[in-house]
Amino acid sequence: MLTLLFDGLAYGMLLFVLSCGLAVTLGLMNFINLAHGAFAMAGGYVTVLLTNGMGVPFLLTLPIAFVVAAVLGLVLERLLYVHMYDKSHLDQVLFTIGLVFVSVAGIDYVMGSQQQILSLPDFLRGRVEVAGVGIGIYRAFLILVCGLLAVALQLALTHTRFGSRLRAAVDDRRVARGLGIRVNTIFALTFAAGSGLAGLGGALGAEILGLDPTFPLKFMVYFLIVVSVGGTSSMMGPLVASLLLGIADVFGKYYVPSLGGFVIYLVLVAVLVLRPQGLFARAG
Amino acid sequence: MGENRNRPTARLSGLVREVMRRPVRWGLLEIAFWVAAVLSWFLLPERHLILTEIVGLAIFVLSIDLILGFAGIVSLGQAAMYGAGAYASGLLSIHVTGEPITGLLVGALAGAVVAFPTSFLLLRGGDLTRLMVTLGVAAVLYELANQTGWLTGGADGLQGIAIEPLFGRFEFDFYGRTGYAYSLAVLFVLFVLARLITASPFGISLKAVRDNPLRASAVGIPVHARQVAIYTLAGAYAGVAGALYTQTQQFISLDVLSFQKSADGLMVLVIGGTGYLYGGLIGAVVYKLIQDGIATLTPQYWQFWVGILLVAFVLIGRERPRQLVDRIAARLRRPAPQPSAEPASRAVVPGQQEV
Repeated sequence: MLTLLFDGLAYGMLLFVLSCGLAVTLGLMNFINLAHGAFAMAGGYVTVLLTNGMGVPFLLTLPIAFVVAAVLGLVLERLLYVHMYDKSHLDQVLFTIGLVFVSVAGIDYVMGSQQQILSLPDFLRGRVEVAGVGIGIYRAFLILVCGLLAVALQLALTHTRFGSRLRAAVDDRRVARGLGIRVNTIFALTFAAGSGLAGLGGALGAEILGLDPTFPLKFMVYFLIVVSVGGTSSMMGPLVASLLLGIADVFGKYYVPSLGGFVIYLVLVAVLVLRPQGLFARAG
Repeated sequence: MGENRNRPTARLSGLVREVMRRPVRWGLLEIAFWVAAVLSWFLLPERHLILTEIVGLAIFVLSIDLILGFAGIVSLGQAAMYGAGAYASGLLSIHVTGEPITGLLVGALAGAVVAFPTSFLLLRGGDLTRLMVTLGVAAVLYELANQTGWLTGGADGLQGIAIEPLFGRFEFDFYGRTGYAYSLAVLFVLFVLARLITASPFGISLKAVRDNPLRASAVGIPVHARQVAIYTLAGAYAGVAGALYTQTQQFISLDVLSFQKSADGLMVLVIGGTGYLYGGLIGAVVYKLIQDGIATLTPQYWQFWVGILLVAFVLIGRERPRQLVDRIAARLRRPAPQPSAEPASRAVVPGQQEV
């Protein structure tokens, strides 16, 4: 029971790191980015390639995964996404679905369609028993890393100048621009950071979530759930939503396996029906 | 009548009637299109199978066009209704009767039954909520079909579907001769129906809702009722498309409920252009030809090129093909009254209405 809770917590933390970038993208530019998972997949593949193929230590590959995904995000943002901001939601959805298809087929072509196995270093394997609760070391590691990241993000948002500019831009883009805040630059940087975090999440999650070319499609719904349930106004909303989703998913799969994956979809639809407005309460 | 002409209200209603009737007339291009469709049955006997697929896709996309192009409801879950229709008609043919027309009606019913309750979930909330809810509903149905393997065959697909001859006479043969003619007839009937509906006052009020829900409700259009109605109708259309798929393929896989199916439909519609009924048909033809062409080049990775195509398409501007068709149509029409008679019929997607 507690072990399950712990697993759910780790899973939720992971989801948070994966999807917080999307929350900012959606909140800041009102841009529906279905291709967010592609960046996570990029990070995952970077880690798998480096650890399995070149023997780079796992911990060292994590920042590399972050940087690669962030650079990828920055390049794509400047080249392609920037043309999409003023288009309709339908255009954005189509555009990003197109990107998802390209990334899925591209990775399939380069890496093959099989599931990638990440070999974790020894000190992250195994389980320990703490007060009668079995705890996977890697999961504890995940909670630690993701928890630190969440705290760091929250501090960066609330206590730095960049964070306050970002929040101002989220609240009202036009007024922020009028005050001399470079909204476009902020957005490009935030997009890169969000993509990087997704890449980091993908690297961290390669072991738990599994990594194959359909990753962006499989987890797209999860990211969107986190964002749509948690809202985009602060980091707390997505964090709470990810933890709930992670725990609900783990418990659902354990206790009612016959219901399988669709507990979360039922929860999603229920939440959206009960609170359709409040979830996206944005000035506008 | 001569008296009425002097009364301003009568003149106005005459004008309104004229405007309302304009889209009801069949243009030269439209007639040519359907003649070509019928000719294809005679002239391309060896391509009947792919033509049948095109027609099935066209019906599916027509259903998306009804909600997206005419009512402005974005959806990523049209496969829910398509799959419901496919499974309903498949199960009907296994357990009850293999009569094709009954199968279509049951498919339509199944699609509508799924769509009706879903539509209430879409009334509030913005584009993202709608996307998520439609996606979620389709995902729930997908998992349901996956889990209830005893009924649907689960991941192995539903097998053993046997369709009786059409009207007790025309056998569904291996080459798709009957299948294609049958599909084409179904498409034509549904198309004419959709044409009548979209040109009716009901259809025009839908466009008003699409362009600005707030203003539409201000002039007395019951926005929610309209959205429920069109979503349910589109669900029935998608159900028919699913049933047609079942009957022509005689096999159902879980793919009919997949996200891929919904995304494909959306893509096809966008290729052809939203907001006019031929968009789905033209898109289906173009998409299948492209898919066929790419698949022969790189059988495994055609999705890559489809993705590239989609990205390029959105970047270039997806209203271009529509403009092309409009220009050709305008040239064919002898007297050109105004350069663009109906600016309102441009594909405007909601969510950005100035309030």
